[in-house]
Amino acid sequence: MSLRSPLGRVLGMGSARDGTAHWWAQRVTAVALVPLTLWFVISLLRLPGLDYDTVHTWASLPSSAFLSSLLVAVLAYHSYLGTIVIVEDYVTSTGLKIVSLLLLRFAYVLCGGACIFAILRVAFGSSSL
Amino acid sequence: MPVRARPTSPHWQIYRWEIGMSLSILHRITGGFLALGLIALSFWFVSLASGPDAYATASSVFGNPLGLLVLVGWTFAFLFHLLNGVRHLVWDSGRGFERAERRGGGWFAIIAAAALTLCVWVWIWRHLP
Repeated sequence: MSLRSPLGRVLGMGSARDGTAHWWAQRVTAVALVPLTLWFVISLLRLPGLDYDTVHTWASLPSSAFLSSLLVAVLAYHSYLGTIVIVEDYVTSTGLKIVSLLLLRFAYVLCGGACIFAILRVAFGSSSL
Repeated sequence: MPVRARPTSPHWQIYRWEIGMSLSILHRITGGFLALGLIALSFWFVSLASGPDAYATASSVFGNPLGLLVLVGWTFAFLFHLLNGVRHLVWDSGRGFERAERRGGGWFAIIAAAALTLCVWVWIWRHLP
């Protein structure tokens, strides 16, 4: 016998009211980040040096720019999903919680957007900022 | 109707320590610390797009002793979060809940993360000027 109401079972959303969407997105981005982060770290470590010319030449490669953009996008999303849970767990005041969550969202879009803009700028050979 | 206090679970200090308890909170701490790394990553990419002078400034920020210490911290946080994250993915698939697997996997994650951090920095010290 199930103790759940028929409506609750149909909606399948649980007490958090958004189902498993957050949990699932966290896992999918986690899986994607395993190859992406390892590619990024190993690529940098295998460069002959980390001086401007070497790094700029590497970052200009289409494969580097493409994978770096994907890395930043998925990383920012995964990190955002994780950080909002920390805020939800520890910030008990509703007002402060809403403000923190909003600021976090803006901060992630700002950081992620800045990264991707910079990566594309290097890749497409625009003049230095 | 009288308002009664909701039942609460016993305080965590009641339980005998197990590796998983420490790794659970360490996973969250390393995640939060890595979120700050996203700001540093943005700073690095934007400086790369801004030209040699800005990149030299970023290199000196990351290259000073405090910068290097934080980078070592991020290396360990990344490797631990990666290895422990894979453990979480295995649990999500419904496997690895036996006591020996839990404890063995936990000790493996922390020791391997520390060992790999050492390997990465020995590599950097030997290969990257």
